[in-house]
Amino acid sequence: MSILVNKNSRVVVQGITGSEGTFHATQMLEYGTQIVAGVTPGKGGQSAIDGKVPVFNSVEEAKNETDANVSIIFVPPPFAAEAIIEASDAGMELVVCITEGVPVQDMVKAKRIIDQNNTRLVGPNCPGIITVDECKLGIMPGFICQKGNVGVVSKSGTLTYEAIGQLGNVGLGQTTAIGIGGDPIIGTTMIDVLELFENDPETKGVVMIGEIGGQMENDAARWAKANMSKPIIGFIAGQTAPPGRRMGHAGAIVSGGDDTAEAKMRILTENGIAVCESVADIGEKMKIALNN
Amino acid sequence: MKIHEFQGKNLFKSYGIPIQDGYVIEHIDEAADTISKVQKEFNSKAVLVKAQIHAGGRGKGGGVKYSPTAEEALANVKNILGMNLVTHQTGTEGQKVRKVYITEAFDIKNEYYCAITLDRAKTKDVFMVSTEGGVEIEKVAAETPEKIIKVWIDPLVGMKSYQARKLAFGLELTGVAFKTAVKVFMNLYQCYQGTDASLVEINPLILSEDGRIIALDSKFNFDDNALYRHPDIAKLRDKNEEDPTEVKASEFDLNYIKLDGNVGCMVNGAGLAMATMDIIKLAGGDPANFLDVGGAASAGSVKNGFKIILSDANVKAILINIFGGIVRCDRVANGVIQAVKELGLKVPVVVRLEGTNAKEAKTILSESEFAIIPADDMKDAAQKVVNAALKD
Repeated sequence: MSILVNKNSRVVVQGITGSEGTFHATQMLEYGTQIVAGVTPGKGGQSAIDGKVPVFNSVEEAKNETDANVSIIFVPPPFAAEAIIEASDAGMELVVCITEGVPVQDMVKAKRIIDQNNTRLVGPNCPGIITVDECKLGIMPGFICQKGNVGVVSKSGTLTYEAIGQLGNVGLGQTTAIGIGGDPIIGTTMIDVLELFENDPETKGVVMIGEIGGQMENDAARWAKANMSKPIIGFIAGQTAPPGRRMGHAGAIVSGGDDTAEAKMRILTENGIAVCESVADIGEKMKIALNN
Repeated sequence: MKIHEFQGKNLFKSYGIPIQDGYVIEHIDEAADTISKVQKEFNSKAVLVKAQIHAGGRGKGGGVKYSPTAEEALANVKNILGMNLVTHQTGTEGQKVRKVYITEAFDIKNEYYCAITLDRAKTKDVFMVSTEGGVEIEKVAAETPEKIIKVWIDPLVGMKSYQARKLAFGLELTGVAFKTAVKVFMNLYQCYQGTDASLVEINPLILSEDGRIIALDSKFNFDDNALYRHPDIAKLRDKNEEDPTEVKASEFDLNYIKLDGNVGCMVNGAGLAMATMDIIKLAGGDPANFLDVGGAASAGSVKNGFKIILSDANVKAILINIFGGIVRCDRVANGVIQAVKELGLKVPVVVRLEGTNAKEAKTILSESEFAIIPADDMKDAAQKVVNAALKD
């Protein structure tokens, strides 16, 4: 078991003929991900990755021809939100958007469509998802992961790798690791991922990594207190981030002020999450939690 | 991206929002003519002299002066233009005033607060108004939240007039002023959406003694990711208002924020960069900066990052923390050596490389002719760099 993706996931890569798309599609194939199709409008009928992957003009066509059920997006920012909508309208069950720099207004619209269509979106501006030894749907280095029973959810890319590396150092492997992205508007939230991990029998504990800004970690902590039976180790980046480098008055009013690292660490602790003050403690704390 | 008050007001004007109008000058010799032009054109004997800097708190800092006569206005321009304006947002060093906005003056009956931004949790825009304009709105929000009236707008549907009416009723407006306010609110939402703003704020929006609704100030934050479709707005960027090192970093495509400490750090990825700053603090040091060289750090970006960090004279030691995923650590190590060769090893450099080819990278660094300090993990790296910074 694992969450969101596994060895049966049939992946279509949107933007496969671009340099990012080609590079990461190759890496994903090497990891063992089943990439069944690529999409680049105007290049339908060609093939990519040394002839290994057929290219289609649209996601709909790719789905009809290959039964793809999952999409990963590497298209440039001005077209990324539309790529999400296209994947959702074509009936993809899961869409992962790696692209960084998508305008917020575009994402607001895309989010509405995926909610209507009941599509699960991860990202944008995220490293993607990896289910160890089964499916890598993203840009993370696969070799740092090892099979195990810890779930990882994070807003940040390289901080996810750091956590995985530390888990490895104390002999802990992962079920699935997910970077949900740190943009103002994202598809899958921390609560969504916690719920998936709670329902996954293989996952015994969860590492949750957040950062300053927004309320998502706080909401997740409150949800976890009421609904989670598995131990959670939390870390919030940005304790030393300069104040005032956030959006002006209006932003502060919306968040109610609980969006600093200090406030989030307090709220996580109050809700029974073991919070690491130092990022270097994540591995050890998880080990202790699992032994209890 | 932020812009000046006068630029924001010009945007308001183009969206049909009535403003307190005026002209901007950059040289003192334009002052007398401009003052009399404002007096005549807007039929206002008294004028306001307003320093144009991006930071807030200009009035309290002495950068906004009501001037009943042309003589007083001229004296105020002389004082403000070129002054170093210190507000609670500029830091102690202040910000040099390069532009002064001379505007018409109004007799104010009421002051209101008015803002639109995104409510992330609801995935809708929130439009807020309050009768408590002109003062610290954060205080109002904390102490008397009922005095802030909010409506949530679905960006796909746009603002509906009943929502604008709710806001105007909330401000207890009546008659012509009510009708004008409804129109102003509708237009302001158009402006917010049309410019891809992430925040637009009017504080204060006023009801004048003669019954008009007027924007006395403007504040915008724009979504940097959407600027590509607004070349006219991108042109309004004023690099004088930004830290020169941060401007330089942005030219290198690096994300850099200068801080007050003396431990420089260079990291790939924003989250890991913040976590690195945090662990430096925990180890007893003070981070000199936030620097994210991008998830996929390259030899080139490492070299540029080095240049940026070294341009800060406070830096006593540097920590390079790269988690190599797709990027290979041996390449980063070579980039570090290349940078040191070119720029010199002026301060101790601690390097922690983890991930792909980390072992090879360590060998490259230890066999180099430079005394680069290798570190095993983040804790070790933080301790070593703080020790190095304290030694000096």
